[in-house]
Parts: sequence; structure tokens; C-alpha cells
Amino acid sequence: MKNDFRARNHPAYWAFIVHRLSGVLLALFLPLHFWALGQALQGAAALDGFLRWTEHPLVKFAETGLVLLLAAHMAGGLRLLALEFLEWREWQKTLLALAAAVSLVAALAFLLNLV
Amino acid sequence: MENLKVRIWRGAEEGGFQEFEVPRQESQTVLDVVTYVQRKCDPTLAYRFACRVGVCGSCAMTVNGESRWTCRTHVSKVAADNRLEISPLRNLPVVKDLVTDMREFFDKWARARGRFTGSKTRKDEFERVSPESKERKRVDAGIECIGCGVCYSACDVVSWNKDYLGPAALNRAWTLVNDVRDTARTERLAAVAGDAGCHACHTHLNCTERCPKGLSPTAGIAGLKRAVLAATLSGEI
Repeated sequence: MKNDFRARNHPAYWAFIVHRLSGVLLALFLPLHFWALGQALQGAAALDGFLRWTEHPLVKFAETGLVLLLAAHMAGGLRLLALEFLEWREWQKTLLALAAAVSLVAALAFLLNLV
Repeated sequence: MENLKVRIWRGAEEGGFQEFEVPRQESQTVLDVVTYVQRKCDPTLAYRFACRVGVCGSCAMTVNGESRWTCRTHVSKVAADNRLEISPLRNLPVVKDLVTDMREFFDKWARARGRFTGSKTRKDEFERVSPESKERKRVDAGIECIGCGVCYSACDVVSWNKDYLGPAALNRAWTLVNDVRDTARTERLAAVAGDAGCHACHTHLNCTERCPKGLSPTAGIAGLKRAVLAATLSGEI
């Protein structure tokens, strides 16, 4: 017999899901990123045209999602490194909450144009 | 108090849930409920228990979707709406109703070299191990395992890879790796280093979340990963 969602409904498992999903989505985004950089090869005008398009509010908002994904994947990865390479600590869930908080703060800072 | 509505798995791998009504009592445990069903409703119900006080590790089942020891799980904790769904542990072949075949679970302890190997005889002096030493503290953190199989049942990696040694066996290996009297450290690290060993762990922490003794097999597995890495770099394995 197999487990269903009830067995997996706890913070560390959600962290796994977030890490896996953000990783997959970022991998899907990478070709688009390289394509955008590749615009520079067509000359400055092509790249500038593309960069102007990214100033569009909707695109800006989508970029916030991207920053959130990046921050979540990095914070989650650092959490895993701490968990695996440092001596075990009892406050693993605090570490998890910290990783979530760092990701949200990073995304919010980007959205509100703080950095 | 209102009666409990209890759905219990009947059959083996193929089967279905059967519903029973069980009188609700104060301080009632899930094991009390199963025992009531077997004694008063259907004597053909198969389940396993022995000590009833959380020592022997034989009464673990899946309760409302979560692997648990049933003798020390109070109904009040898991059946908020007076409903219980009780089925056998996951990731193990079902023999009948709530009884699983635990052979592969314990065979994996042997495969992880879960047996102490010493060099002394009864004629030698006792080894002195300081309770304050780093190794002894690590052993203490993992030694209280009762072998109930809850972690093994909760583990996704066991579902994905049938050869994966699982949290309990690896936790056992970790306690022995830290046992300064043990002489089989190298063989043990080699035994847990394969792709069915410690490196297969995905750090979901399902085992840590569910262990009824509050142990963290994930901590032991992380320790094994570091020990295996160090042994590989130093050429020990």
C-alpha cells in the first residue's frame, strides 16, 4: 500500500515540494534567459527593445515571481546544506521558517523596488 | 459519549475498508479500539500487539493516513470528528488485515551491518565510554529505536526504491558507526554507501516527523553521508 497526501502534510515535505517545483520552473526559464541575453548579439537596439518590454508592469510582476523562485531555491538549498553538513540541530523547523522568510523578503524587496 | 465510526482495512494487498461502531471511552487508545473490534465485533480481524505500553514496537499501523504506534496514540488526539481509518503500515507486504510482513524491514538492518562487532571477550575489562563524549552523545540521540517500522512506512524513498535500506536501518548503522568499541566501521560505511544507502535520502523528514520515540533518523542519515564522504576522501572505502 502507498501513502497519500495525509502522510506528507508537514512543513519539511512542503519545503521539499517548493524546492523541487522552483528548481523545475527555473530550469524551464533558463532557455528564455539565454535567448534574452542572445539579443545582445543582434545589436544594442534589439537588446534595448527587449529590456524596454521588461519594464511593462505585468512583466515586472512576473519577474517578482522569478525572484521568489530563485530566492526560495537558494534559501532551500542552503537549508539542505546546513542540514546535511553541519551537526544536527533541534531547530530544523526554525531553519525552515527562516528560509521561507528570506525568500519572501527577497521577492518583496524586488517588487517594491527597494534594491 | 458518541460512538466512534471506525473503518478498518480487511484483506491483504487487495481488499477494502469495513466499518464498525465502537463505544467511545475516556483515555481510549487506537489499539483499544482495534482490540474492541476483534473481541466484540469480528474475531477474524488480524492485528499485532504485545506490550501495550510503547516498548515492543509491534502495534504500528496507519491511522487516518499517518503511520503511528497505536498503543500510545490516544483516540482524542487523532479522531477529532469521531472517525478513525485504520490500515496496515505502508511499504510492507500485507499478510492479512492490519498485519504486515516485516521481514524485508529487518533484513535491511542486517544489510546495513546493524550488528555490533567487538574485539573484546568477557574476560576483558569493561570499555569506558564517557557520557560526555561526542560519539556517545550521537549514539544516545538514536539508540532508543524500538523497531516499530513507522519511519519505514512513512518514507517516500522506500516507496520509490524497493532496495533503499530505510531510516531505521540507517539510524542503527549510525549508532554503531559512533560506537567506539565496534570494529566493523569500514565495512559498515561501505554497506551504507551504495545507491540504496544513505545518499538516496531526499531529506523529506517524514521519518523524523513520525517517529513515535522522537528520534531523527534524518540526523543519523546526514551523519552517515558525512562519514561516508570523509571515508571516501581518505581512501578508507
